[in-house]
Amino acid sequence: MDVIVIGAGIIGAAVARELTRSGIAVTVIERGAAASATSASGEGNVLVSDKEPGPELVLAQYSARLWPQVARELADELGGTIPADGLGGGHRAGSGAAFPSIEFDRKGGLVVATTDAGIEPLRDFAATQVAAGVDARPVTLDEARELEPDLTPSATAAVYYPEDAQVQPVIATEALLASARRSGASVLEGTEVTGGLRGADGRLSGVRTTAGDLHADAVVTAAGPWSAELTARLGAPVPVQPRRGVVLVTSRMRPRIFHKVYDADYVDAVGSGDAALQTSSVIESTAAGTVLIGSSRQRIGFDDRLRVAVLREIAAKAANVFPFLADTPAMRCYGGFRPFVPDHLPLIGADPRLPGLWHATGHEGAGIGLSVATAALLRDLMTGTEPAIDALPFSPARPSLAEHLQEVM
Amino acid sequence: MREILIIGAGPAGLAAARAARARGASVTLLDAADDVGGQYWRHLPASLSAGREDLLHHGWATFTALRSDLDDDPGCRIVRGAQVWAIERGETTGRPDAARPDAARPDAGNRDTGRPDAEPAEHDDRGGHVVHALAGPVDGTDRERITLTPDALVLATGAHDRTLPFPGWDLPGVFTPGAAQALAKGERVTVGERVAVAGAGPFLLPVAASLVQTGTTVVGVFEASRARTLAAGWLSRPWRLARAGKKGAELAGYAAGQLRHRIPYRTGTAVIRAHGTDAVTAVTVAKLDRDWRPIPGTERRIPVDAVCAGHGFTPRLELAVAAGCVLTGDSFVAVDDAQRTSEPGVYAAGEITGIGGVELAMAEGSIAGHHAAGGDTGTSPVRAARVARGVHRDIARRIEAAHGIRPGWSSWLDDDTVICRCEEVRHGPLRDTAAATASTSLRSLKLSTRAGLGICQGRMCGRTVDALLRQHAPHAHRNDNATFDHRPLAFPLRLAELADHPKDNDRKESA
Ligand SMILES: Cc1cc2nc3c(=O)[nH]c(=O)nc-3n(C[C@H](O)[C@H](O)[C@H](O)COP(=O)(O)OP(=O)(O)OC[C@H]3O[C@@H](n4cnc5c(N)ncnc54)[C@H](O)[C@@H]3O)c2cc1C
Ligand SMILES: Cc1cc2nc3c(=O)[nH]c(=O)nc-3n(C[C@H](O)[C@H](O)[C@H](O)COP(=O)(O)OP(=O)(O)OC[C@H]3O[C@@H](n4cnc5c(N)ncnc54)[C@H](O)[C@@H]3O)c2cc1C
Repeated sequence: MDVIVIGAGIIGAAVARELTRSGIAVTVIERGAAASATSASGEGNVLVSDKEPGPELVLAQYSARLWPQVARELADELGGTIPADGLGGGHRAGSGAAFPSIEFDRKGGLVVATTDAGIEPLRDFAATQVAAGVDARPVTLDEARELEPDLTPSATAAVYYPEDAQVQPVIATEALLASARRSGASVLEGTEVTGGLRGADGRLSGVRTTAGDLHADAVVTAAGPWSAELTARLGAPVPVQPRRGVVLVTSRMRPRIFHKVYDADYVDAVGSGDAALQTSSVIESTAAGTVLIGSSRQRIGFDDRLRVAVLREIAAKAANVFPFLADTPAMRCYGGFRPFVPDHLPLIGADPRLPGLWHATGHEGAGIGLSVATAALLRDLMTGTEPAIDALPFSPARPSLAEHLQEVM
Repeated sequence: MREILIIGAGPAGLAAARAARARGASVTLLDAADDVGGQYWRHLPASLSAGREDLLHHGWATFTALRSDLDDDPGCRIVRGAQVWAIERGETTGRPDAARPDAARPDAGNRDTGRPDAEPAEHDDRGGHVVHALAGPVDGTDRERITLTPDALVLATGAHDRTLPFPGWDLPGVFTPGAAQALAKGERVTVGERVAVAGAGPFLLPVAASLVQTGTTVVGVFEASRARTLAAGWLSRPWRLARAGKKGAELAGYAAGQLRHRIPYRTGTAVIRAHGTDAVTAVTVAKLDRDWRPIPGTERRIPVDAVCAGHGFTPRLELAVAAGCVLTGDSFVAVDDAQRTSEPGVYAAGEITGIGGVELAMAEGSIAGHHAAGGDTGTSPVRAARVARGVHRDIARRIEAAHGIRPGWSSWLDDDTVICRCEEVRHGPLRDTAAATASTSLRSLKLSTRAGLGICQGRMCGRTVDALLRQHAPHAHRNDNATFDHRPLAFPLRLAELADHPKDNDRKESA
C-alpha cells in the first residue's frame, strides 16, 4: 500500500513512522519545513490531568502508555541520550550525541486552586478522573508545598497527577520523522498540496502538488490548523479552525518549579469553545532552565500580531501561582494556532464522504501529547487491525460532527 | 499637530528629531541609554583630550548643540533610559495616518491596561502602531510605563557589534570593539596592556587609536580583508571618496595615526585563536586566503592580555520586524527615497537601513524626520541631506565590498568552540544536530540546538548560527521564513511589569 501524508508536524511525523513501520510506503508532503509550524509553536505537555472523563482522556491515557516506549525506541534507533524509562530523567543530550534528546520527562503535574470557590470543583473533577483510571491524588497544602516550595501561600487546594509528562516538541517531531525516514518514508519539503486526484470510481487517488501529481492508495491529512483549507482543496472540507495561543518564556534560572503546575481555571479554558480571549497559566520549567508560561486561547483567525493585553493576563496569572515569578524577567514570547474542532475531539479515521481520504488532525491544544496514540490508532484502522481503544468517537463520521461536514465537492 | 515618535537617539534619531521639529511636528524621542548620542557620541567626551581634537571636537560640538537645542525645545520630549520593549501592529487596512487628538501622549501607570482582545481593539480602528516602553532604572521596581500611538514613527535603533567566533573568544579578556571603545573613552579604563585588535572594517582603526590614547600597547590591527580587496573597495573610484571629504579625511587621519603610533596594520590576517585558561594570555594570528581561510604555516603566536575583535555590525531590527516592516535581502530595513518603510506611517533611518557611519545616519535621519512630519521632497534642507545620503551610501557599499565577511572563517572553529554563549552551544553539536535531523528549518534548528534561545535572544550569535547552518546543510533550502531578527519582546521585562495588576490579582480572581 502507498500512502501520502500531508503535513510534517508532530502528527504527520508520528503517522508516517507508524505506517512505515507496518510496511506501508509513505510519502510525507510538507509545504514549508518539517517541525516548523504549530508543533514548533507551543509547549510539550503530555497531560492527562486536564482532561475530563471521555474519549479524549482515553486517547491521552493510551498516549501516556506509549510515550515511554516510543522515547526508548527513538533513543535506541537514533542514539540520543533519551532516558531509558522516561521516568524523571529527561536530561539534555551531552555533546557528541548523534541526535538530541526528546527530553521526555514524566515529571508529574500539580493543579492548584487559589480561591475558596475553586476547592470543590477541583476535588470533584479529580474524583471523576480517578473513576476513569487517572492517578489523581488530592494532596494537602503542606504536601503541595513539599512538591513546589515556591507555590503561592494563597493556594486553597491541590491535586497531584504523577502521570503528567512533557516532551520537547520540536525534537520529538524531528526524531519521529527521522525514524520514519530510516524505515523508508520519503519526505518532500517545500511542496504544497494544491488539490486532489480522483479515480474513475470517484476515489481519491492522489494529490496535485506544486511539484507535480502524486498517486497513492490513500491520503492522510495532518495539516494542523490548515486542515480546513487543505481538505477543501481535496474536495471534502473538515471544520478545523485556528485557535491562537501565546506562551511567555522567562530567562534561565536555577530549578524552582519541579512539576507542571497550573491553576484550576485551565481545565475550563481547555474545554471551552468560546472565541473570546481566555488565559490560564500552565507553568513548567524546561530542561534548559527557562520557565514556560502558557497560555492563551483565542479564536481570531490566523492573526498572529502581538497583543500586549494577552501577555499581561498570562503574566498576572503566573505570578498569582508562583509569586516569585513577578520579579523574573520574561525574555521571549511566541505563539501559534491550535487546530480547533467544534466538538473538541480530533479527527482520526476515514472520511465518510470521500473514499481514500483519511484524517489525523484537529488535536487542538493536545496534539503533542496525543500524537503517538493518534498514529497507533490510525495505523490499526488503515491496516484493518483491532485498535487498542475504541476508535468510533474520533471517527470523522461521528454524529456530533455531521452538522459541520458539507457534501463532497 | 502631528505627533512623531522617534525610537533611538543616536545620530539618526537626533537628526530626525531636529528635522521633524523644523517642520513643526511635536516630537517624542525615546532611547534606552542614559543619554542621547547613540553609539557614536556616547564615547566622545573623554576623548577630547586625545590626538584629533579638531575632528572630534567638530563632531562633539555638532552633537552638544543638537542635544541642547532639543532639550530646551518644549515641542520635543526626550525620555532617556526608556526601553521600547514592544510594538503592536494595528490593522494595516486602517487609516494609519489619520490625525488623532490623543495621539502620542504618554500614558503613565495603568492607563494602558489591555482591552480584551475579542473586542475590536481601539487602535485597530485607527490603524496605527502602539509602542510600549518602560522608563527608569532597569533594576528599579517602579519603572514608568509609557504607551504611545503616534501619527508617525521613526525607527532609528542602530546596530551593534558583530563578532565572529574563534576558539577562545569566550575567554575573559576578549572584547567587542564597541565595549573596548566604551571603556577606553567613557570610563578611561583600558581593556589591557597589550591588546590585539582584530576583525574587519574601517572602525577598527578609531578603536585602536583610542586604545593607544589610554596608554595601551596595540600589538597590531589584524584586518581579515586582503590588501587587494581593500584597495579595490576603497580606491576603485577615488574621486568619489574625495567627494565624501570629511569621512575620507577622517579615515585617512586614522590611518596616519596608526603610522604615528607605529601600530602594525596587517591585512589578510586574522586572530584565529585566543589562548589562556582563566583569561587571554596570547593569540594565534594567521594569514588568510581570499575566502578568509587560514593559510597553513603562517600561524604566529603573540602574547597579549586582551583582544578586541569585531567583524562589522548587526542592525537592531526587532522593532522594525515587530512593526511589520519588510526587510531587504541582506537583512536591513527596506526604505524608499523618503526613508519610508513598507508599513504606513513608519520610517527608518541610520544603521538599521545599512551600515555607513555617522554622516549617513544623520542624512537619513534628517530625511526621515522631515517626511514623517509631513514635509515634501522639494524642501532645501532635505535636498542637501539627499546629496549627503547618496555620497555616503556609496562609501557604505565600498566598505561592505572591502570588508564583507567571507565564508572561510568557519574553518578556524574547533568542535568545542562555543557559538551561542548564552546557551553554551558548541560548534560540533550544532553541526551534528543539523546533520542528524536533516532539518531545512531555522526555526526547528534553533529549538533543537538551543542556539540563539538565551537571554541575548541571538543578538550576538544569530547571524553566525544562521551562516553556519547554511554551510552545514548546503543542499537544504530554507523552507521556513524564520529569522533571528524576530524578537517580539525587544527587552526583557519583569513579569510584574508586564502584568496588569500583579499584586491584587487575588481580588480579581474571586470577584
Ligand atoms: C501556544 C500553544 C501551546 C500548546 N501546548 C501544547 C501542549 O503543551 N501539549 C500538547 O500536546 N499540545 C500543545 N499544543 C498543541 C499542539 O502544538 C498541536 O496540537 C500540534 O502541534 C498539532 O500538530 P499537527 O502536526 O497537527 O500540526 P502542525 O505542526 O501545524 O503541522 C501541520 C503541517 O501541515 C503543513 N501543511 C498545511 N497545509 C499544507 C498543504 N496544503 N500542503 C502541504 N503541507 C501543508 C503545514 O505547513 C504544517 O507544517 C499547543 C499549541 C499552541 C499554539
Ligand atoms: C567602536 C565603534 C567605532 C566607530 N567609529 C566610527 C567612526 O570613526 N566614524 C563613523 O562615521 N562611524 C563610526 N562608528 C559607527 C557609528 O557609531 C554609527 O554609524 C552611528 O552611531 C549610527 O547611528 P544610528 O543613529 O543609526 O544608531 P546608534 O548610534 O546605534 O543609535 C541607536 C540608538 O537606539 C537606541 N535603541 C535601540 N533599540 C532601542 C529600543 N528598543 N528602545 C530604546 N532605544 C533603543 C540605542 O540605545 C541607541 O542609542 C563606530 C561604531 C563603533 C561601534
